[in-house]
Order: sequence, then structure tokens, then C-alpha cells
Amino acid sequence: MPDLRFGTGEPTPLEVAAVDAVVSGVGPATVAVDERLVVGGRGRAAERRNLLLPALHALQDAAGWISPGGLDHVCRVLEVPPAEAYGVATFYHLFSHSEPAVDSTVHVCDDIACRSVGALGLVDDLRSAGHQVRSSPCLGQCERGPAVLVQRTGAVDLSVAAASVAGIGAAIGSSMSSSPVVLPQAGSGSLRLLARVGVVDPASLDDYRAHGGYAAMEAALEIGPDAVIRELTASGLSGRGGAAFPTGVKWRAVADQVGRPRHVVCNADESEPGTFKDRTIMEGDPFAVVEAMTIAGFAVGAEQGWIYVRGEYPEAAAGLAGAADAARAAGLLGSDVAGTGKRFDIEVRRGAGAYICGEETALFNSIEGYRGEPRNKPPFPTTHGLFGEPTAVNNVETLVNVLSIVRDGGAAYAALGTERSPGTRLFCVSGRVVAPGTYEHEFGVTLGDVVAAAGGLVDGSEVRAVLLGGAAGSFVGPDRMDLPLTLEATREAGLSLGSGVVMVFDQNDDIVDTVRRIAEFFRDESCGQCVPCRVGTVRQEEVLVRLGRGGSFHDERDLLDDLGSVMRDASICGLGHTASGAVRSAIDLGLLGGVS
Amino acid sequence: MGEPRSLVELTIDGNVVKVPEGSTILDACRREEIDTPTLCWASNLTPVNVCRVCVVEVEGSRVLVPSCSRPVEPGMVVSTDSERVRTSRRMVYELLASSVEMDRADASVHAWMDNYGVRPERMGDREEIATVTQPPKVQDELYVRDYERCILCYKCVQACGDDAQHTYAIATAGRGFDAHISTESDVALPDSACVYCGNCIGVCPTGALVFRTEFDMRADGTWDEDSQEVTTTVCAFCGVGCNLELHVQDNSIVKVTSPADHSVTNGHLCIKGRFGWQHAQS
Amino acid sequence: MLWGSNARAAHPIFFHHLLKGVDAGARMWAVDPRRTDSARFADMWLGLNVGTDIALANGVAREIIHSDLVNTEFVENATEGYEDFAAHVEPWTLDRTAGVTGVPAEAISDLAHGYAGASTAQLMWTLGITEHHTAVDNVLALCNLALLTGHVGRWASGLVPLRGQNNVQGGGDMGALPNKLPGFQDVVDDDVRARFEGVWGATIPPDPGWHLTQMFEAMGSGDLRAVWVIGENPADSEADVNHARRMLGCLDHLVVQDVFMTRTAEMADVVLPAALGWAESDGTVTSSERRVQRTRAAVRPPGEARQEIDVIADMAERMGVDWGRPTAEELWDELRSVSPMHGGMSWQRLEDEGGIQWPCPDEEHPGTPFLHGRLWERPVVGRRAPFSCVDDRPPVDQLTDEFPLRLTTGRVLDSYNTGVQSGKFASPIRSGDALELSADDAGSLGLVVGDRVLVSSRRGSIEMTVEVDPDLPVGLAFTTFHFPEIADVNQLTSDAWDASSGTSEFKAAAIRVERVEAGA
Repeated sequence: MPDLRFGTGEPTPLEVAAVDAVVSGVGPATVAVDERLVVGGRGRAAERRNLLLPALHALQDAAGWISPGGLDHVCRVLEVPPAEAYGVATFYHLFSHSEPAVDSTVHVCDDIACRSVGALGLVDDLRSAGHQVRSSPCLGQCERGPAVLVQRTGAVDLSVAAASVAGIGAAIGSSMSSSPVVLPQAGSGSLRLLARVGVVDPASLDDYRAHGGYAAMEAALEIGPDAVIRELTASGLSGRGGAAFPTGVKWRAVADQVGRPRHVVCNADESEPGTFKDRTIMEGDPFAVVEAMTIAGFAVGAEQGWIYVRGEYPEAAAGLAGAADAARAAGLLGSDVAGTGKRFDIEVRRGAGAYICGEETALFNSIEGYRGEPRNKPPFPTTHGLFGEPTAVNNVETLVNVLSIVRDGGAAYAALGTERSPGTRLFCVSGRVVAPGTYEHEFGVTLGDVVAAAGGLVDGSEVRAVLLGGAAGSFVGPDRMDLPLTLEATREAGLSLGSGVVMVFDQNDDIVDTVRRIAEFFRDESCGQCVPCRVGTVRQEEVLVRLGRGGSFHDERDLLDDLGSVMRDASICGLGHTASGAVRSAIDLGLLGGVS
Repeated sequence: MGEPRSLVELTIDGNVVKVPEGSTILDACRREEIDTPTLCWASNLTPVNVCRVCVVEVEGSRVLVPSCSRPVEPGMVVSTDSERVRTSRRMVYELLASSVEMDRADASVHAWMDNYGVRPERMGDREEIATVTQPPKVQDELYVRDYERCILCYKCVQACGDDAQHTYAIATAGRGFDAHISTESDVALPDSACVYCGNCIGVCPTGALVFRTEFDMRADGTWDEDSQEVTTTVCAFCGVGCNLELHVQDNSIVKVTSPADHSVTNGHLCIKGRFGWQHAQS
Repeated sequence: MLWGSNARAAHPIFFHHLLKGVDAGARMWAVDPRRTDSARFADMWLGLNVGTDIALANGVAREIIHSDLVNTEFVENATEGYEDFAAHVEPWTLDRTAGVTGVPAEAISDLAHGYAGASTAQLMWTLGITEHHTAVDNVLALCNLALLTGHVGRWASGLVPLRGQNNVQGGGDMGALPNKLPGFQDVVDDDVRARFEGVWGATIPPDPGWHLTQMFEAMGSGDLRAVWVIGENPADSEADVNHARRMLGCLDHLVVQDVFMTRTAEMADVVLPAALGWAESDGTVTSSERRVQRTRAAVRPPGEARQEIDVIADMAERMGVDWGRPTAEELWDELRSVSPMHGGMSWQRLEDEGGIQWPCPDEEHPGTPFLHGRLWERPVVGRRAPFSCVDDRPPVDQLTDEFPLRLTTGRVLDSYNTGVQSGKFASPIRSGDALELSADDAGSLGLVVGDRVLVSSRRGSIEMTVEVDPDLPVGLAFTTFHFPEIADVNQLTSDAWDASSGTSEFKAAAIRVERVEAGA
């Protein structure tokens, strides 16, 4: 492209090598074939734009920041306007824009779960110990906080669970990663989605196959794409990302599109505060995700699959990429999947610190190399998804459900759970329970059952409130422990299962501060595109700060109501729609002190 | 050119109306002379539906929908003045006016704000709440970027980019309330890719982007829009035939624009057409 | 296909429309010795040697013919001379064309296949085609390609010459040509002349006059003794400007009517200060797409400057004829009475409709968005379109050891012609008088950016500052002509001219570049 004016900063050889490795497969956008012949143009630049985010990661990984010279090099190679590339780079919190003084940055989760287990003290201690520390929104390790992500220059990033100053110091200098996933329900014969987690070697395709892996794929090839979608529809499976859209209907819509190419996207950008179930699967059973996506590609007629993993899950991303590589090497991905003559491949893309990219259309924009700003819907992804092409997008938990449905039939699946909420559901249980962790229960289990299964409350605790569904969900009081956890019952109660978060607070927890932290989370994570959310989340947090300082709730009530209305009614996407939900429920439960 | 489009029947505020297929709800409202506020919409730009001030209620939709970009569908039932609509529109203006200087926004903006009874002061003391207050960027003789008046409507980015100029000198940077329009690494405009077509200024609805002439005259207290006369003529700098609107105050050209509905320019000009008028007064 | 045109800089708003097409999936080729701002948007840039446009067009034509991509139906129905043409271009194999033009054979083939294979295609050019001593032949060579493929006379397919000024087209429309009366009517046609003589009440000389280049020759030979220059600055803008200034100096009497004291005005015996045609006068202009639009006065002219119509009418009065003081509308109505293609464009319609494209013969006629649609009638209406057998003829100003570099000139975005109008605003992107060299040439001359150099051609020498354009092919130098006060570039340019049009070969001078030592 034209008119592009590049800066004068020079990239380092390390930066050049890192970026060039990213584009090695396709080459730069503009090629001087000869002194008299240059091939380029907007088409070639557009084809390469989706390499922008990987190229920015390459810079951050290699140099520890997005240097002006490095960014300039990316822009020249991909023909991205520098202002746009800067706009993309500054959208994500995991990219740094000043030259780092040290080789590692410690991101400490100070979100709602971790701050109740000493995260704020850890931040102080780490700073005193000379670390470069940044506060982070939920890192998806709520069952074993405080959680830390160590971002290292020239080395892979690491997650550290139950972090301490000493533990982090040791991790920075080592190649160790977070401790393996521990399932509280390990060994229980009733597990379906989690059956292999903690049992198989997640790096071994052979081990995966020895534990029933690729049986579903064989079944799918035998019955054909149409029957796969029929079984899916018969199973009644609905999306586990929060909207609970019937998966069979979604896949059918994509399969019926005339347009090609089509895509399968796995939304692994699990970022809802309090949520860690998808990480459990990705780290413990990555081949299941790869197999389920391959079946999805087969069913909807897509040739390309994309897994978008949040940037704070380096181990999950590495595990999935390894699984895809192993599957490709075994002929289970690539130009001829399992001897079918059909092409399907998977690319793993890393997010870079933006909750909003879990919104499916923001996720598409992020993959495409644009700011992760949601698109207005309609049109929907089934017709205008990734690259504007028909796309089936599902989250990790939804996809993994597909395996048993295809293998055992939709009817068998529908027999589980309740009539309108068939199957099992993963719950992320954390807070003041004895055994926090990822749990699998059939739909219909009550909230009290879920808490009891996690060992009940720790000694001396009483339930003050439970945050159900995540920061975008709602608080419920102790009087709701008999609530059946189904789509229909929660909907009737004006609640949502959301991402399966069950976070338990007791009488000693500072709920006003928790609610303020939730408001802060939405303020930090709003993409800034639409007015209601960009300014509304700020004003909402300001109100809660004023309340925390002893302000009168009575004076702020109308404003909070109006802020809730405009965000819920007029925002572009789900972030704004739900940004006032937890606040609203806290008000209704009288959790904000001094409230009538 | 093209085939005549078939008509779609829908209900707006209780009246059955028929509009051509592919129209937006906003198009339909305008046909029905239902006045609808807009900020980020312009006839010569692709709708981005970010300001949300044009939202309407559509039966069956859980949330309000942006009329500027939602195509009409047969049987749609639209309300443009329900309580929900009025609340959201009022709140959008209150949120903006509590964080941005709106004093130089188009007159229609102020009329709507009056209409909805906007009271931004209830968001809190301006000294204590987040705002975008900042000094203007004066970096050359042609432009001023006065970002404390920026409502982030994206129009300038579109005019600089895909919708007209294809120069991409500016883009949105940062995120959330910190999102702002910026060159790469916030370099000064003369060091960016900017080619000074002025199309960003041409579409700015709030006076955040202004010509240096206007900025200086305002500072001197001599800017008098009411006394200005606008004459449409044709640019002299090439053979394309761009229409220019010369804004004249006291027999001096003070600003040049182009009609958004002119088929040659769609309201957009180049540096010569936009700024090459000083020779007329020397 | 953008050929010899840097529309991104010279016609920026036209380029917006082009980019809409590119955004919608159109492929774009740019043919230009330089990889211009426009070429950077292209899928493919073909950097041909300066002045080898005919060779390239002939090579493309042969490739189209040999690849069976000729639109046979169109050629048979609407054209003549195809067989001769096919034989004429037969020697222009890809290899030979590549050898002459410097463009790799694969690119020539891609261009041929892309252009011929497209369902619709436009071929656009500017002065890169016409400022050569082969100007008209260059245009004909491009027309051949449109005829071969049928990319003419249809919606979205055509030939698009981009006019450099707002009323170049209008000047031609009004008969400011040596052989035409208004409405492109032949001066040699007795009936036409009679009609004009009836309206004008004067006798019109039946022979074509001189074109501009011939006028300068005539100044030198003494056949032209007095000149009245209106709104033109030939003492800066002519190729080989030293020669032009000498010729102007030969005149007995020079009258210059202009808005500024230009270099030409400084040479004049009488200067008539005029109101600016653009913001201080009422009238019409005609754009590149034949669209007649109203111009309107917005400000009063300064000082003693007067409306051009009034100056001319005064002159008539001094010569003994009373024209009164006609308004722009009255003059327009007179034109409509003598020029059939303008007949339907009433002043009111121009006001109401914003602009009308000629021909527009009557008031019910909507105007004509594109020409030559008749070529698609079956059978074709009127004259068949002829193929032209044109030959490659290299630039007159040859490269030698003494003058080894090829200098070509062009416009930049923020400036216009000799800078009379555009020099008055403070452009933050103004580049000045730089001589752009390729990195290799700068290196071999031991020059770096900012060095002062003496640039010499067979006609003159000027001092300039070096700039390096890494995209320039070796052997090619470039500069603009917008700043005659600081770099009198037209002292260098060649006034070898095209016999048909009189256009000078601004685009191809042979130069030598030498460092000017500091303090020298």
C-alpha cells in the first residue's frame, strides 16, 4: 500500500528475525521481482493482515516490548499503516510500549478471587523484592490463587499458581511451568468431559488414542457430515459460552451456506473473572479440542480451524499447538484428513490481554489483525464471520461435548440432565469452599449441591453471597442454594449460568470492594468503541468508589439505574450489556452497605 | 443505474410504512420525517454505529438497535420515542457531555440535548470525574486537533482511511476510556502519513478537528459563522471537477468544504482544493 | 490500468473513485517509469523505459492476439484495419518488447491477459503519455488495446485521459484549438463557419491557425509580432524555457492579462490585472469527464483587477465594436446557439442539476456519461473505429556519455503547475526543488541527500538539491516543475514536439549531474 510513511527507528536483528519468521510462509506484501517489476497491492496486504497480531507477539517475546523500530519493520513487511498497527498494539495489555528495564514482568492477578487470598500483599512484596509488577485481571487460576503470569523476554511465558515471592523468583529462572491440573473429582466414573484430564499424558497422541481418542472422529466419518449435525441437533447441546445457542442449529446454518471458504473457530479466550474450566480441558486433554474441531470442520465443510487462546494461558496454547502438530504429523490434520481426501487444518492464535476478545466478533477482528472491537450483529458469524466468511464459532467446553454425542449418539446425550438442559456442565467453583476446582455435574444439580460437592464451606464460614456466572453474572443470596442449575431455572430467576462460575463469599469478605473491583474490571476491559460502555463503565466505577468512601447510596441510585439501562440497552456487545448486572444484583441483595 | 428495489413494509411508531429493500431504519425514519439524532453517522461514510444515539426499539429484540446501520426487515415494529429509547439517548448525551467539551458541536446536537433534558452535571463534579480534558495539538499551519472535544465517533478515521482518502494517518489507539485518535506513537502530524486533505476536519461533528484559520479566528474572537456566506464553485487545481463551498467572511475565504452529496467528491477534497485559496486574497 | 499517470498526486479525488474499485476487488496495473504514489496501490507496477510506451502497447497487443483474447465480435463489427494492425505488431514478441521497454516479459504477459480477460476495464492516462514527441501516437497505441478487447463505449469500460486543469476540456470545447470552432466544429467547414459568422457578425478566417509551439516558432521567425497572453505563464512553463523566453523577447508587443505578476507578466509591455477565474468570476468549466459545471464568484477581486469579460469587451470597444458588457449567462446562451453538443444545457439546468456531461443536444437530453456507445450498435452506426499502426520512436533527447541520465518531470500532491496559485499556502508536506536520484546513481556520483548539484542538459544548467528515491530505477532522475523561482527546471526540458499536437517532450530530457562544491 501507498502513502504509508514509516518511522526512522531501526529494528534490532533479533526483532527482524522474529518478525520474518512469522511471515516466512507467505513472504512480505510487496515484492520487487525486478528493478522494473514490483508485485504488491491492497489484495496482498489484506491477505497478510492477519499476521499482525502474531508479529506483535514475536516482537514482544523477542525484545520485551513493541519498539518503534520493530513496529515499523512489521508495518513495512505486512504493509500495515503504522497508525493502525500502533492502534492494534496499544489495544492489548500484554504488549509493552516502553523499553523494559528487566527481562521479566510479573502480572499478578488482583481480581475478585485472588484478592481474597493475599494478591494485594503479594504485589507489594514483589515490588519490594525489585520485580517489575503489573496488576492483572483474572488469570483463570481462581482455584489456586494467588495467580501470576510471568512474561519473559526471549523465553516462554509461565503461569505460577499459589504464587509466592520465592516461587516466582524460582520460576523466572527456570523452564518450569505451572503445576498440572488437579481435578477434585479425579477418578469419578461419572466424568464425561473431564474423563481424560489428569489421566492421559496431554502431550501424547498415542495415549489419547489409548483412552478413546479419535473414536468420535471415526464415527463421524462413518455417518457423514449431515448425520453429525443431526445427532448434534438431537442431543440438544447448546453453547456453553453464555448465550446457550443450540449448537446443531449453528452448525447447520454454516453447512448450508453457499459461500466458501468457511471456518471453524474455537473460542478459547476464557477471560470471564472466576472462570478456569476451559483451561482445565486445554491443559489436561488438548487432543480432545483438536479432534472436536476436526469433526466440526468435517460437518460444516470448513477447511480451516482457528483456536484463539487467551494470552494469559501460555501452557494451554503450547499444549494445543503441540497437539495440532502431532495430529498433523499423524495425518489427522492437513490436506488429506484421515484419508478422506478433505483438507482441514488448525492454527493456534494467542490473544494478548483483552477480555473483549472473548466476544466472538471481537475475536474475529483480533485474528484478522484489527483492534478487538466487536461488530454490530446482525449479520451473524454463521454468514459473516471470520474474514467476513461463514464461520462456526464455539467455545472449548461446547466443542468437547461433541465427542460423546457423535460417538454415542444424540439420544444418549439428551438423556442426561434435564429435558431443556441436556448433558453435563462444567462449574468453576472457588471462594470460601474446601476444595475449589473444576467440577462436572449434570444439569439440574442445585447450587447447594455444587457447593457441597466442593466440600462445603471452610470452617467458620457462612454463605453471604455466591457470584453465579462470573463478573458478567449476578450475586445470589444464601436463600437460593436450592436453585436448580439449568438454563430454564436460571433464566426464570433472572440469572444466567454464564461461564459456570460459582464463587462463594462469606461474612468476612468485603463485598463492596468486590463489586467495585468488578466495575473496575469492566472499565479496564471495555474496548472503548461505543459511548454507553466506554463512558458508562467509568461512571459506574466512579459511583462505586464514591459509595466505598461512604457516599450516600440514595443520591446515586437514579444514576446507577440509568447507567445500567443505557449500557444494557444501547451498548454494541455483551460486555456493555452485562457490565451492570453484578452491581445491580448486589444492590438488590442489599450487599452494598447502608442500602435500603 | 440498477434494478428498482422492491419495497419492504414495516411499522414505525404505529404507522405502516414502505421503504426500498436495503434501506436502514434511519433511512426509513427520514423518509417518514421522524427526526432522529446521529453523531457518528454521515451520508458519505460507512455506518460504524458506535455513538448509539440513534438507537430505536425493535419488537423482539432484547436490546435497542442502531437505526443507522440496521436494515429494515418485513414486519419490523419500530418505536423511536419509547421510554427506553429516550433514556438511552439522553444517557449517551449525558455521558459524552460529562467527559467531552461539546460547546462547538453542531447546532442540532444542542437541540437534541435540550430536547432530552440532558444534565451531565449529575455524573459528578467535573474536577473529580474522568474527562478527556487536554490542550489542543497545534503542529502546523493548516490543522488543529483539539481532542478535548473528541467524542470518538471514528468519522475522521474513516475519512482518512477506507471511506475516502486511504491514507490511514490516524487510527484509534489505546482502549476503553483511554481510547483516542492518534498517529503512530502519537508523532506530530507533519511527521505522520498525513497529506492534509482536510477530510477528517470536514466530517468532525464537534469541532475537535478544525482548520487553523477557524481556530485562530476563534482565539481572536473574530470567527462569526452567522455572517459567513457560502458559495459553491469548482476547484481549479485539476480536471476532476470537484465542487467547493467557499465560506466567506468579510470578503475573505475562511474555510473550504465540499458538498457531501456531490457525485464527484462525496464531500472529500485534497490539500490543494482544501487549502489552496490564499492566492485569491493576495 | 493506469498508464503514465500519477493520479494519486495529480488527481486525488478521481483516485478515491479508483480506490473504491480496487477495494471492491478490481485488479490494478500501473505503467510508469517511476514507482509513483499511485503505482504503490497497484497489484503490479511495470517500470518501463521513458518513451517506450508504444513498444509496450504493441507488445501487449501482440500477446493479446497470440493468446486468442481478441474480442473478435467487437473487432469485426466496429473497427477497421485489424489485419494490418495484427501484422504491424507481429514483430513485438514478449522478448523484444521486454528488451526495448525494460519490463520483464512475464509482466507484459500478465498485463495483456489481465486487461483482455477482464469483464470491464479502464485504461487511464495523463501527461506521461502525452508529453512526448510521440504524443498522439502514444494515445493511438493505447486506443488500439481498447479496440482489440472491446474495452470502450460500455458502462465501466473505456479510455480515460485525465485532464490536468479544471478547464482544459472546456478550453477545447470552446474552440481554443487552431483548427476548431466551439463544439469541436471544423474551421475549414464552410457551413459551420457560416453559422458562426451569422451569429458573430464577422468573417472567420477559413484556415487553421497555429498551435502554441508553432506560435513560438513564429515569434522567432518574425511572423508573429504581438501576443496577448491571458492566464498563462509560458516564460516558466514552456519546455526549454530559455528558448521560450528568447522567443517572447522577439515580440514587438506583449500584453499579459493575469492575476499575478508572473515572470511572463514581467516581460510584458502592458499588464492587465484580472479577476481570478476561480473565486472571483462567474462562468462554467468542463471537467475531464465532459461535465459542465458552474463556477461562481465568492469574493470581490482586489485593487484594480477586473473581470476578464469586461477587459475583453473593453478591448473590443477600443477596436470599434460594442459588445456591451455581457454576463456569463448571456455568453453561455450564445454558445448554446452555435454549439449543438451544448444546446440542451440551459443555465437553469446547470444550476439545478449541478453539472451535465456533453453531448447534450436538447433540454430533454440527460447528458452523456460515456462516449462511443455507438460502437456496440449492430451494425455499427457511423464510422468504424480505426486501428492505428504506430511505431516506437525513442525520445529525441538521447542519452550519451555527456548526458547519461534520463530526467523526467511530474507533479506532486500539494502543488500545481508553476506554483503561481499553490505556492501561497503553508503546506506542511511541501518538498521544494529536489532532484530525485536512484540510490545507485547517487552512490556512483558520490552524492548524498541534501548535496547541491549542477544539473545540465543540452539546453541549460541549474542548481538543485539531491534527494534519493530508493524506488527509482537506475539511470532515471525525477523532479517537479512547481518551483521555478528556486529550480528553473524547464531550462533543462526538451522542446522537441509532437507534429500532430504540438506538445513538447517534457518527460524525457538527457542530463548530467555534477556536485557543486561548498562555497563554489
